[in-house]
This record gives sequence, C-alpha cells and structure tokens, in this order.
Amino acid sequence: MALFTLIVNGERRTTDVQPGTPLLWVLRDALGLTGTKFGCGMGLCGACTVHLDGEAVRSCQTPVETVGRKRITTIEGLSPNRSHPVQRAWIAEQVPQCGYCQSGQIMQAVSLLAKNPHPTREEINQAMAGNICRCATYQRIRRAIERAAEETTS
Amino acid sequence: MTTQNEIGRRDFLKSGAFGGAALVVGFYLPACSRAKNGHAPGLETLKANAWITITQDDRITLLTEIPELGQGTRTADAMMLADELEADWSTIRVEQAPTIPAVYKHLGTGGSGGTAGTWMPMRQAGAQAREMLLRAAAQQWKVSINECRAYNGTVIHALSGRQFRYGELVETASKLPPVKPDEAPLKDPKSFRLIGKPVPRVDVPSKVDGSAGFGIDVRAPEMLFAVIARCPHFGGTLVAFDDRKAKAVPGVRRIFRVPPIGSMPVAPGVARNIRVAGGIAVVADSTWAAIQGRNALKITWSKGPGALESTQSMRALFQQRAEGPPSVVAVDRGNALRILAQGSKRIEAEYELPFQAHATMEPMNSTVHVRRDGSIEVWSPTQIPAITQSEIAALAGVPAERVTVHTTFSGGSFGRRYQWDYEAEAWQVAKEMKVPVQVLWTREDDMQHDFYRQYFLYRLAGTLDEHGQIAAWAWRAVSTPIRSVFDSPESLKDPKHVASQEISFSDSLPYHTLNYRLDYAPVESVVPRAWWRSVSASAEAFAIECFMDELAHAAGVDPYPFRMMNLRADHPETSEKRRGVLQLAAEKSGWGQSLPAGHGRGIACYHFGDTYVAQVAEVAVGKGGNLHINRIVAAVDCGLPVNPNSVKALIEGGINFALTPVLSGEITIKDGAVEQSNFNDYQVLRITDAPEIKVHIVPGGQQPNGGVGESGVPPLAPAVANAVFAATGVRLRRLPIDPRILMKAASA
Repeated sequence: MALFTLIVNGERRTTDVQPGTPLLWVLRDALGLTGTKFGCGMGLCGACTVHLDGEAVRSCQTPVETVGRKRITTIEGLSPNRSHPVQRAWIAEQVPQCGYCQSGQIMQAVSLLAKNPHPTREEINQAMAGNICRCATYQRIRRAIERAAEETTS
Repeated sequence: MTTQNEIGRRDFLKSGAFGGAALVVGFYLPACSRAKNGHAPGLETLKANAWITITQDDRITLLTEIPELGQGTRTADAMMLADELEADWSTIRVEQAPTIPAVYKHLGTGGSGGTAGTWMPMRQAGAQAREMLLRAAAQQWKVSINECRAYNGTVIHALSGRQFRYGELVETASKLPPVKPDEAPLKDPKSFRLIGKPVPRVDVPSKVDGSAGFGIDVRAPEMLFAVIARCPHFGGTLVAFDDRKAKAVPGVRRIFRVPPIGSMPVAPGVARNIRVAGGIAVVADSTWAAIQGRNALKITWSKGPGALESTQSMRALFQQRAEGPPSVVAVDRGNALRILAQGSKRIEAEYELPFQAHATMEPMNSTVHVRRDGSIEVWSPTQIPAITQSEIAALAGVPAERVTVHTTFSGGSFGRRYQWDYEAEAWQVAKEMKVPVQVLWTREDDMQHDFYRQYFLYRLAGTLDEHGQIAAWAWRAVSTPIRSVFDSPESLKDPKHVASQEISFSDSLPYHTLNYRLDYAPVESVVPRAWWRSVSASAEAFAIECFMDELAHAAGVDPYPFRMMNLRADHPETSEKRRGVLQLAAEKSGWGQSLPAGHGRGIACYHFGDTYVAQVAEVAVGKGGNLHINRIVAAVDCGLPVNPNSVKALIEGGINFALTPVLSGEITIKDGAVEQSNFNDYQVLRITDAPEIKVHIVPGGQQPNGGVGESGVPPLAPAVANAVFAATGVRLRRLPIDPRILMKAASA
C-alpha cells in the first residue's frame, strides 16, 4: 500500500491504496465518490469517465499513480446544485432512463463542449462514440448537447 | 379497499418514522403483471398493501411496490395519485416499499405491467385521500362539503375565501372514519392536470449529479467486496484450485469455494431448477483487490455436459428440428399443409436469430449481510424484491420475515433482474463472513453468465390466392426453450408447457388466412435462457413481418396496403389498432414518396400485450455495402399515455435496443461456453449508429391499455430488413446482418 494525495473536486484527499489501482476504484471504494460508475473495466463503455485537468479520461484505465497533481473532477464536483449547463440540458431533454451511464455521458459532453462549443451532429457522434447507453437514450443525448451549446452562447 | 388499515398501519409506521400526526391512507394494489387495468374483484375487502402518507409539513409520500429500472414507473404512479388527490406536484415523494411479506405481496415488475396495473388503484387511493381532506376541512369550517374544493394541495372554501393547506388538515382527517371507494368519485378525465401531460420524471435530477443510488453504490459499515470465479463452461465443475498467489494479494481477506445450486425444493417431492454457477469467492477490502486476487488464482475446470456444444453444432440441430415431427402443434386451422403441398406459387423462407445478452450497464451485483442472529439484509438492484426475499429465505432456511430486501435503483434490467442468481451467490458469500459483502460481477462475468434471449429458427411457407390474399400459411418455430432452464422435470414432460414461453397457442396471426398452422420443436442446450426485452416477440415479429413483406412482393402489392388488406376481419378490435398504427406510421414517414437510389423504406407492425406499434425504417445502403439507418418513425397505441414523455422515451429506447441484434449483437458458443466477454466482442449500439427516431402516439385513449417498455422492440428488426430489401433487393433472413451480403449486393 502507498499514500497518494489527490486533488478531487477542489479538495486535497489522501488515500492509502495499492499502486496500480485504477482511479475508478480509488474514487468509489476509498473516497466514497460513487457517482462515477464501473461498466466494463476496459475503457470500452465510458461509464467511468472523469476529468483530469478538464480532459475526459476513462478512470478504469487510469492507474492512481499516473494522476499526480492533475485536478480530478467527478460528476459530484461538476456543480453544487445541478446548475452546470450540461446538467440543466440533461434535465430539460429528460435524457436519463436507468441513469447508470449518465455520469460518464455528462462528463464526456462537458469536455467536448469545453473544446468545441458548437459541435456539429457528426462531431457530437464522434466525441460521444465511446460512451455506451444500453437504454439507448442517444438522440436525447445529442439534443441535450445541442441545447447546452446554445444556452452557453445566448 | 381499506383506509387506515390497523394491522398494516402498525407494520408500516414501524418502518417509516413520522414526527407529529400523519394521514395514512392504505389501499390495495393488485399484482402488476397479472392485473388488467387494475380492476380487482372485491377491492374493498382486500387488505391494504400500499400507502400514501400526508404529513403536517404538507409532504406526501407514496410507497410504491414497483422497482425503478429506468422505465419511469415512479413518476407515472405519482402522477396518477397526485392528479386525483389534487396535490401540489412539488410536495410528492416516491419511495420504494419495504419487503414486509404480511403487507406487500407483489413487490416487483415484469411483462411491462407497471402503469396499466396501477391505473385504477392509484387514482382511487388519491380520490379517497382527497375526500378525507375535504371532509376534514368541512368539519373544521362547519360548512357543507359541497362548498369545499380541493386544488393544488389546498382545500378552498370559496364563499368565505378561507383555505387550508393539506398539512393543516392531517390531524383532523386522521381521526375521521374511513372513506369507501364509492364515496370518493374519480375525476372527469377532462380535468386531469397531470395525467396525459409530459411531466418531468422524478428520478431524473438524481441521475444527472451522481446521487442516484444503484446496487453497486451500496456502502455499509464493515462492508467487504467480493468477486467469484465461475466455470466458463455451463454446467462445468471445479476440479482443483491453487490460491497461494491470490492470498498474497494485498487486501484479499478470504478465498473459499461456493457450491453450485442446481435445484431447490418447492413442494414435497417437487424441485425447481435454478442456476447458480458456484465457484471460488475472493473476498477483499476493495473491489480492485478482489479482482486482482481472482486474477491470481490457478483453477482447473471440467467442461461438463456442454463440452461439445457450439453455435455450429446447434445450427445443425436447429436444421434437424425444423424438419420432421414437431413436439407440439399449436394451431392447425383449415388445411394449410395440404394446400401448400399442392400450391403452385409457394413462398418459403427461413429466419434465424441467435442468443442475445442483456448486458445491462450496471453489471449484476448484490450486497448481503447475514447477521449472527440469522436475519438477512439484502441491498439489490432487483426487478423482483418479493421473490428475492422468499427465495433467499428458502435457501437460508429462515422465514421470509427474517429477510429484508432494500431495492435500489437498477442500472437497466431488460428482464435480466427477473433472476435472483446474483443475490443467491451474494448470500452464499456473505454467510461465511458475517459482515456485509458486496459481490460484484465484472463485465466479463456478466457477459458470460447471463440468462440469454433464446436462440430461434423459423421456417415458413405460404401461398397466395388469385386475389393476392393469403391462401395458406404454415410455420415451424424452433428454439431453446426458457421453461427447461427453470422448471421441474415433472412439468417438463408436458411439451406444451415447454413451448409456452416460445410461441402463442392462441390463433393469433394478425393476418387473415383460412388455412393456418403453427408448430414447435425444442432444441435443448446448456446455455441458460430467460426473459429478454419482449421475449419471443423480439423474434417472431421478425419472422412474421419479414414474411409478410415477401408475400407482398410475390403478390406484387406494396407492403403497406398489403398488410392493411390482409388484417383479420374476425379480430376487429386488434385489427383496428393495427390499422391505426400502420396508417399513422405510414403517413408520418411519407410512405410512398420517392427516395434516392440505394435508399429504402420498410414497414412492420407488432404488439406486445395490449400495446400496438408500427414502425417505418428508412435506410441507405452505400456503394461499399455499408448500411446506414437514417430514420425510424414509430406509431404507438398504448391507450392513454399517462406520461407521454416516458412513453416516447421507452419506445425510442426499445427501438435502439432492438438495433443491437440487427447490426452487431450475437452471443456464440464454443465448448459449452460463451465466446464473447466484453463490449469489444458483444458490440452494442453506440451513438454513431443511433438513428433519429420520431414517436407518434395514437390519440384518444381513455385509459392505459398496455405497457410500453417492451413494445418498441419487436417491429424494428423486420422494418429494417424490409427497408434493406427495398433499397437493394436483398433479403436479410439471419440476424445480425452479415455485412458480406450487403457488400455483395452493392457490387452486383
């Protein structure tokens, strides 16, 4: 075991875990942040998506020791009250059904819009292609991203 | 219906602590998957099994029996209740009912039964609670109840301009004698304020900020984490294992064997099969340590009875069973076989659909605490808490009252969580540890130990008369039956019972023919099968609706009017509904309008329960044979849509769910084991292939007739296959689509 100090949602958190442990399990099992979900363990589904310095990464493929000083943002840290434009758009378009994948979908969408505030449909599809939703809420995800993009401009 | 049922109320109040006075109205909910429109005989004599509680702070809490799997049931139930209660929508909370067997009989959902089953009971309960509050207000004001009106969480006395909030009436109302159902009239549907409106779902906010609690999110004091190494070969057994390296993995606490559970006594001399694989449990301080520990195990498995089973061997068996004598003749009307033997214009086709996985995004998991006193607590993302409770109690040999099941949100189910194998396993592990243990399935575990959608093969033959109508239709259905996975050897001696989840025994072909035959033959397999979103309808719709397209082509008639002209006259009600959805889908999709070369439209129509759905698919097949599904237009008749937003969402989801088996999804078998292991080789639909979907609801419904969770699935595959035929002239008769067929068609 080894001590790691991580910056999670703006707070310094020290945790004693085995080197090599994926960030996903550090967040969920050691730090109690269960909003980030386990889906495949192979970086194939996107349910575990979090941000490192604003960049979307698959936390199941991110060994804890590779995080270093990078700022980690999870769904819990996106906004204190669901006020992030992407969260508001998700509610307005009534995207979730079972909801399990949606933390990862939202984190991926936020990182897309940070880089590309006005993505085309095709750019949305390409950016979100790594995030599976088995309830298949895809067209609402597209609409919600477009709505968030509009809202950010206006 | 009972009000303030005393026995039930005591039980209930133990489980929910309310400060101050509360108005508790108990009512009866019939078993959701069995009831038709919620009408139950002798409603007033039945013991209450659901409760609304109104507290002095104006909060209204509904305890619902139906787990939320993503289908929106919490919202629909609350809407029906709140509308009749004239409640302020913002004060309504919905909670999952606890498992108290003496009170809640039917905790669970299945067969898309939720909303249609709760329609009348929810409304009646709301109306009764409203009546009690009106009486309380009239009593306090000393006025006639006819002068009082309930509106948005208040009772108003217009003549004097006075009003009470509901919370202010709770104390008086709770002391009044019960209100009988016939004393509490239901609202005129014209004055519904919530029912029929696209009300935002109550669970959505918690699903955009990570706070919604799923099974995998359960955390209990002293909780440990576990995974199980299971034999990859179905029915195979553990020969030996070496856990020295695994024990050395930091954080691993214990490693032990858990036995398979093959059958369970259900009555004296009668056993039912269940499927718990057994294996080696690795219990650790964290999920990751448990997974690492499992990776370090050295295990020798025997392949067991399915060692020689493969998809290839099964295909050969299916071909054999498609010929020769059937096990059951379900319907044989007229002289179908004779006419087909004589007929000159005989059309034949064979359709094949392989195993499919549920692959819910939240893999199977359950957290169980077996206490030293023998009581058991289960936290689970289940679809069937009441069954989980009774089955775990039976396994543990304790009365059901000693088992408490906490139902969490479920990260998708699609029928998978109608099984309780994953909870039985968690119990097996937890009873050795005496602290709470969460047993998690990795994606690989989930993909390889599912209860798969059956493998189906259909062989059809039909012939047309000189008017282009169907003179005869005969088909053989072959499948790996669900019943033989679970049921007792005694009941499996009856071939009709074996076939009962595979085909319909009623004369239910939607189209008219005087000569009709359906028969069935099973293929046994070691692969576990069970209910998968829309069950056999997901396959039979493909056979029926593709074959209709083939018949239409043979008749030289456009497939849309061909369906309309062949709808059964002797089933006027269902034919009317099919006509309605076909027409709406055709209209909204621009059926008949010209399309560019390489594009095509296909139409299909099917039902699930009492819900009817037609779909038009619009596809493009490129020069290289790449298929693009541009658009799906769906029309649905589910009666009155309680929440049209949820209805549309579920139909959209059903359509996309059905695209996976069409485009890429296939579970194949080798050595009696599943060859796929994760989303790299069982490829589910991604956003890049998700078409634009437009859902239209047939207006005019007076009450919810059927569920919608499953009904979006069946028409999709035939609509797409028929569209591909329109675009290319190539018939797709096996799913998933073989891209080589389209490449060949494009180059021809």
